[in-house]
Amino acid sequence: MSNPADSLSQNDQPAPARPRLAVFKFASCDGCQLSLLDCEDELLTVASAVHIAYFPEASSRMEAGPYDVALVEGSITTPHDAERIQEVRRSASVVVTIGACATAGGIQSLKNWADHEDYLRCVYARPEYISTLATSTPIADHIKVDYELRGCPVSRHQLLEVIGALVAGRRPRLPTYSVCLDCKRRGTVCVEVAHGIPCLGPVTQSGCGAICPSFDRGCYGCFGPAAQCNCQSLTDQYLNTGTRAESLLPLLRNFNATAPEFREASNRVESIALESRSEQETRS
Amino acid sequence: MSETRSIKVEALTRVEGEGGLHIRLNGDVIEDVQLSIYEPPRFFEGFLRGRPLEEVPDITARICGICPVAYQMSAVHALEQALGVTITPEIRRLRRLLYCGEWIESHGLHMHLLQAPDFFNVASGIELAGRFPKEVNRGLKLKKQGNELLEALGGRAIHPINVAVGGFYRAPKKEEMQKLIPAFEWGLQAAIDATRWVAGFDFPDFQRLYEMVSLSHPDEYAMNEGRIVSTSGLSIDVADYEATFAEHHVAHSTALHSLKTVDKTSYHVGPLARVNLNRERLCETAQRVADEIRFETPCMNPFKAIIARGLEVIHAFDEALSILRDYRPFKPCRIDYEYRHGEGCAATEAPRGLIYHRYKVDDAGKVVFAKIVPPTSQNQRQIELDLIDWLPRVLGGDDQQTADDCERLIRSYDPCISCSTHFLKLTIDRGRSEEIESGEIRGEA
Repeated sequence: MSNPADSLSQNDQPAPARPRLAVFKFASCDGCQLSLLDCEDELLTVASAVHIAYFPEASSRMEAGPYDVALVEGSITTPHDAERIQEVRRSASVVVTIGACATAGGIQSLKNWADHEDYLRCVYARPEYISTLATSTPIADHIKVDYELRGCPVSRHQLLEVIGALVAGRRPRLPTYSVCLDCKRRGTVCVEVAHGIPCLGPVTQSGCGAICPSFDRGCYGCFGPAAQCNCQSLTDQYLNTGTRAESLLPLLRNFNATAPEFREASNRVESIALESRSEQETRS
Repeated sequence: MSETRSIKVEALTRVEGEGGLHIRLNGDVIEDVQLSIYEPPRFFEGFLRGRPLEEVPDITARICGICPVAYQMSAVHALEQALGVTITPEIRRLRRLLYCGEWIESHGLHMHLLQAPDFFNVASGIELAGRFPKEVNRGLKLKKQGNELLEALGGRAIHPINVAVGGFYRAPKKEEMQKLIPAFEWGLQAAIDATRWVAGFDFPDFQRLYEMVSLSHPDEYAMNEGRIVSTSGLSIDVADYEATFAEHHVAHSTALHSLKTVDKTSYHVGPLARVNLNRERLCETAQRVADEIRFETPCMNPFKAIIARGLEVIHAFDEALSILRDYRPFKPCRIDYEYRHGEGCAATEAPRGLIYHRYKVDDAGKVVFAKIVPPTSQNQRQIELDLIDWLPRVLGGDDQQTADDCERLIRSYDPCISCSTHFLKLTIDRGRSEEIESGEIRGEA
């Protein structure tokens, strides 16, 4: 498999002085692209290292493709966006998805488990004015994605690492180990072991800096599943030590609900919750 | 027969989220102005139902990456009312501190990177930095102070994790707060300088007659609490919000329009409304600067909202400094509660204006009903009416120039389109079926 970073030099002849960067938005909160503007110390340096060709949130100058790097925020929720993402792929040498919506469908993918018509009626008085798909899906379900940046929101350090790596023509270094390692590094006392708080740290990928446990609360999985995570073992442990399936379910099914490992785990916990509810109902 | 003219701008820029404007003209007569928001709907009010109420501040934060604290604050206040929880003065002060961080970060961004470029005919804050390196760098540093406060108190700047129903997961350590003080002392002076800078911009002489609406509190510059008041003499309890203002669903927008129920008229929310209605409750320094720059209130020039943002940044630094200096860790940092059936509503002041939430919860601690009214949907109709007034003055140029001038006016509202749960599409219809495409990806060349 070729290194997408190589394509930067291969596809563009003559090689441009600065890579052309584009930022695209799909269904999202804008927080991940805001992370780029939140690099206050580095923003002007980044702007001199790359040519910002298309970034509507930051600039009124919107240049046509092709682009060297496209950062894509958000998930696919409308028929129009399902077509637009194909155009993005055709216009860019390297596609980097940024954030939980783009990599795992985002919080809006909760509708994948719900009655979509019911949601429409619940929010809009005139549902016939709204054109939307019944699902929210990650970008990789629609096009080939070269790199994925996890997080709700992404880490701006990881964002700078990806942009820096692509400018330098090397692979970005993105850790795939779990949040637990970061807690140990920070010297944070384990909230699960010490206080019995259900925490997704053992199965969640590093990236946020292990913030939640340092604020006395359990990790709720913003960076999605870590490499080789064992969600079944962790959820069994919590279920066997007194956490109810019903309260574990929303923890597993939130901002990265459609990431395969979390989806599988939440579906499994949901069936356990349903079983225990029907047992209760039979007894009473 | 006069010529019908149509100008289209597909996507507004330097706003958060996605939307556009469609204007249809017949000769010089404006036939229609539609601010359309085509941000894909995400159905927050739908999937909140059935979720544990503890998750509501974490989930509603995700409506907007620029003003997550506004959603978190409105959510926790409404839920606490539903649960019958009364928070302590310490928690209340810390919440104001968190909101100060968001006002600084959001206003700093809008003043320097989004709106200021309009006054110098450049496309972005990055280009503006070529002409005004000192001012733009100062703006970035100001914004950074807001973010650092959000990180120290909230855990991170975007989607803070420390806001809980009942208070905070952890009260910050004294040193975590104290180490911010030197930078905030710098920030207060920098905010004064930034406000003086923007006050010297060349503003269009454009006066409107608005009914401006904001919270107002007798003892403080309203952020989290107060009555809802207006420049036309309205003064209501937050509980009467839905009887006074109602949302309407229109075909060209995935955001709902809010209008006053009594006469179906529009209103204006945001920093200009707040300064107009609460000027005497700004901190002394902000009031002094307002006097010095001869900022006359009530100010009904939407472009001057950038000055109001500056004054609020001064206030936010001043108030944050006083909270930081007096801060001592406290217990409990979170008030306990029992689940019960209940209903509660709250309004707070997001950087972009009044935001309203209402929830119903059940005795198992689950959300049964959620209603969220963001600031941009309240301003949407007002922006359309402003454009009708503004257009005759900017129709002289070519279509691109007209489109740019319209965008400037829209941008002065700092519309947060992601917030309106929804993308803005600008098209001006002059009948020549000439469209200015500036949004979607153009060409693959």
